[in-house]
Amino acid sequence: MGAPKKPGIRASEDAEDLARVPLQAILLADSFAQKFRPITLERPKVLLPLVNVPMINYTLAWLESAGVEEVFVFCCAHSRQVIDYLEASEWMSQPNFTVSTIESRKAISAGDALRFIYERNVIHGDFVLISGDTVSNMSLNEALKEHKDRRKKDNNAIMTMVIQRSKPSPITHQSRLGTDELFLAIDPETMQLLYYEDKDDSRKGTISIDKTLIADNPTFLMHNDKQDCYIDICSPEVLSLFSDNFDYQHLRKHFVKGLLVDDIMGYKIFTYEIHSSYAARIDNFRSYDTISKDIIQRWTYPFVPDVKFFGNSAVKLDRQGMYRASEVGLSRSAKCGPFTVIGCGTNIGTNTVISDSVIGEGCTIGSNVSIEGSYVWNNVVIEDGCKLKHAIVCDGVMLRSGAVLNPGVVLSFNVVIGQKFVVPAYSMVSLLEQPTNQDSDEELEYADNNSDSDVASDEVDERYSAEVPEKDKCTAYEVGESGAGYIWQVCDGVHEEDWRHSVAPIPDEKLIELMQKVDLDTEDNLPSSGELKPELNSNMSDDDDDDIEEVQDDTSLFQKEVEATFLRAVHENVAQSHIVLEVNALRLSFNMTFLDCASALFYSMIKLALDTPHNSSVDLRTSAAALIRKWKKLLKGYLTSIDEEIEVILKFEEMCLESKELAPSFTQLLHLMYDEDIVQEESILNWAAEKENADEKDKEFVKQAEQFLQWLKEAPEEDDDDD
Amino acid sequence: MDFQVVLLAGGASKKLAPLVSQEVPKALLPVANRPVISYALELLEQSNLKDLIVVVEGEDTALSVGGWISSAYADRLHVEVAAVPEDVGTAGALRAIAHHLTAGDILVVSGDLVCDVSPGAVAAAHRRHDAVVTALLCSAPVSGASESGSMSGKDKAKKPVRYNIIGLDPLKQFLLYIASGAEVDKDLKMQKNIIRAVGQMEIRSDLMDAHLYAFKRSALQEVLDQKEKFQSLQQDVVPYLVRSQLASEVLNNGTPPTDEHGSVNGKILLSQLLANSSTPDFHEMYTPVNGSLLTRKTHKCCAYIAGKDKYCARLNSIQAYSDINRDVIGEANHLSGYSFSSHNNIIHLSAELGSKTTVGPHCMLGEGSQMGDKCSVKRSVIGRHCRIGSNVKIVNSVVMNHVTIADGCSIQGSVICSNAQIQERATLKDCQVGAGYVITAGAEYRSESLSKK
Repeated sequence: MGAPKKPGIRASEDAEDLARVPLQAILLADSFAQKFRPITLERPKVLLPLVNVPMINYTLAWLESAGVEEVFVFCCAHSRQVIDYLEASEWMSQPNFTVSTIESRKAISAGDALRFIYERNVIHGDFVLISGDTVSNMSLNEALKEHKDRRKKDNNAIMTMVIQRSKPSPITHQSRLGTDELFLAIDPETMQLLYYEDKDDSRKGTISIDKTLIADNPTFLMHNDKQDCYIDICSPEVLSLFSDNFDYQHLRKHFVKGLLVDDIMGYKIFTYEIHSSYAARIDNFRSYDTISKDIIQRWTYPFVPDVKFFGNSAVKLDRQGMYRASEVGLSRSAKCGPFTVIGCGTNIGTNTVISDSVIGEGCTIGSNVSIEGSYVWNNVVIEDGCKLKHAIVCDGVMLRSGAVLNPGVVLSFNVVIGQKFVVPAYSMVSLLEQPTNQDSDEELEYADNNSDSDVASDEVDERYSAEVPEKDKCTAYEVGESGAGYIWQVCDGVHEEDWRHSVAPIPDEKLIELMQKVDLDTEDNLPSSGELKPELNSNMSDDDDDDIEEVQDDTSLFQKEVEATFLRAVHENVAQSHIVLEVNALRLSFNMTFLDCASALFYSMIKLALDTPHNSSVDLRTSAAALIRKWKKLLKGYLTSIDEEIEVILKFEEMCLESKELAPSFTQLLHLMYDEDIVQEESILNWAAEKENADEKDKEFVKQAEQFLQWLKEAPEEDDDDD
Repeated sequence: MDFQVVLLAGGASKKLAPLVSQEVPKALLPVANRPVISYALELLEQSNLKDLIVVVEGEDTALSVGGWISSAYADRLHVEVAAVPEDVGTAGALRAIAHHLTAGDILVVSGDLVCDVSPGAVAAAHRRHDAVVTALLCSAPVSGASESGSMSGKDKAKKPVRYNIIGLDPLKQFLLYIASGAEVDKDLKMQKNIIRAVGQMEIRSDLMDAHLYAFKRSALQEVLDQKEKFQSLQQDVVPYLVRSQLASEVLNNGTPPTDEHGSVNGKILLSQLLANSSTPDFHEMYTPVNGSLLTRKTHKCCAYIAGKDKYCARLNSIQAYSDINRDVIGEANHLSGYSFSSHNNIIHLSAELGSKTTVGPHCMLGEGSQMGDKCSVKRSVIGRHCRIGSNVKIVNSVVMNHVTIADGCSIQGSVICSNAQIQERATLKDCQVGAGYVITAGAEYRSESLSKK
């Protein structure tokens, strides 16, 4: 697939081996996810403060310390804000460390971003691929060296993925960062990645390992105790692969799995495990909470509040992990508990208790306030008697006296919570109304919402702050008297899972509930019988059957999708090349083979013919024949070998068995397919031979086609005579 | 030791025809001129496991096997021979003799096992972990020819029969997954909850299930009673126990004393499994709800992995039969129990050799056999009272007892059963000749199985 481009890359690489290349990095300043909504409607995720420093600074500071010399920051959502921030920051004026921005508003996924960068042709050698929400202090030297050494030996080792040991909770099946549990298969000797599954599909109690994996690797380890750090060292081929496979969107879901499953040109991915250093990515609110705590507890040293890196102000570390900036107005009776950070210029009133929290700059906190495990950003006003528990409070928020934030609450920018209003647990409150079009794919990131707000987003704050007074009266707001903000409705189904990605710790009741479910699950998932031979387990194996059903489900679902695609092609005159693309995409997502594609496509054609109104079987035959003629190119594209052709014939036979109308036309249509070069003689004969030993009733169609078969058998001899 | 041993001696296996017949059951098939079952019996005797039940398929076969054992081991072992109907499978065989089983743990040994791994060690590992089942695993066959064939590149996928796919915990003590090699044809399904519990599971396809298992009797009987469809130990019973180890059914419904035992056992395992986890909050999550956790029933399945230097093979195919014969007088000659001459071969004192006849190393010539002049024997076993003419070449072959081979024959890679007769100048390559079969003069055969109809 990348073949035409490769020679060029190779040549340039050889040259690079001689001349030292500066280490480059691509930093994606967009996570292409919506997990931080509603906050990210107004500010890009990479600029959100993490322990009072915008996230991107951690990533950039790490890249600089790790010896990266050139960083390309890819900006998409709120690109203006990111670029403005970077241009105003000191990052642009560093010696030996250049930061340049690449802006594209059209990208909707990491794949698009990388394709865009590929076209820019700025990457010349191995590079680090990272997203702007990663915190790490690992040293890259060893990982880079391993990567380079491997590449010298094997040019196909195009990526090294950094992993870390971290065992997901057996109860919630998610890591401490709130990400779904990950199943990896790794060859312990070479560290080659063989299998990657992060899709949380807890319904399935089993993992399917491809048999070829076992045939090729006599020993490998199946891991559930690793975490993906989302730091990748890539070779330039990675970019060209993205460009060749334009359906790759997600780095892991499509690219990594694509390489592992499809074995594209023998490219391999390897892993590098870090043991003592830190690396984690902020994926959701829970990881925001976890990583903030890790920073406060100094796991990320030197990127901690009291060490000056970039964008943080002078902070002093007191006893008990208490960080205090200068100019903090702390009342004598206020108690700031352990593991708390208080930003510059913040005033705290009497009898206020703060623990395990981060308070930003310029906040005003009244008396008798209790803040526990919360993240309060800059310029927040909290009046007397408020209670905050495990909440995130963005810039400019106002909590009127006596307001209560229950665990898991997120207040977006400039929200005002009315007096004594109790915000229910896990609610998201924003001044912006919830977008109604919730149909966007999860990968269609917050960018879609911002596509029109590139300019607007910067003004959003002002626009809304201007509107606040008016709206106040309308009482359209749902956050108490004189409050401002909408409580977002959580989409159906997600509600149950609120606790998963929230900042709040998982409540005990939930754990107990889950625990009992785990117990049930294990019993459910367990094949209730131990037989391995399916013919034996007639009476008791409900689960084995489930597995089979699942597979069948997949196949039939795939068939349905292909059929729908095909129908669309017929009715809307879609170009054949587009259909091929769509079917290929379906094939990848359902993990099907060309064989399945061919049979599904053929099925769709005949089905269409069957569904078209017809008076007689002759009518039916004509319409089927017309369809076959019209779409034979499409079908032919999937018939790469005899096997696939036989499969199509078998499918045809199966359909004929089901439909009495179709049955009489079997031979004619088969003949037609032969004439149109859809199936070769060899496959027809093979099919007939396969049926030789079948039951009498299965032979119905072989008999019907007997004459044709006979003719086929004789035909080549005539050819020979001609020669 | 409170172990009861069940030796599954099989019957007249069709797979091994024409070597095996009603007259010569599989158990009595000679390996280096000793019935194959004697290897298992001696192995058990070495571990001081002398209380055995030998299970044989078919009444007649039972009589002949029993007869042989009582004549050879009369004063050494306490053997009970039980006959079961044919084709009941290994699990069926155990089910049929279940009423004989009384000890707390049962050691089940396949009668076609030729190995030098001490069953006592397996039993000890079983006891140490208080496991429900412990399986002996050894490196996939070390024998020469067959392996070099199957190991070369992609052949593995085509010849999966030899392979087992085994999942182990990081300490290689517990058996977490087991599938027979034939399953390689399908995709493998691994249980997520087991991987979750251990965090890291090692999958190996270079190990072989030696069909030597130690079972906890209560659990075994529970499974045999509940799952009437189970036929085979290695394909049904053991995989079932392995799969259900985190949600045990076998210990749930057991008799009260074992039940209690089982749950205690489960706690230990679970805490062991928990100890593997690194996250501190993991334990915290468990503490408030400890009570409900412990209601979960688990049981342990263990693996005993034999060292690489150990020999272990099963006589379950004709190829294996040739391999084992060669190994027992070759690389693994300590198993044969004979003392080898300085030429690294065994020629019985009563055997007669003609002039210029050479018998190479790794060969065996049985009692009372005679060889003519200018013969050459390499890497072969020749049984008792054979009469071999002149100019005969025997390479890589097994010749059983009372075989007559006339002048000028060439025999390579073949197995000649008892009382067969091979006339002048016949050439055999990779053939099996059944008992009493006559090969006519000058015949040439390649890769054929020849026997009386």
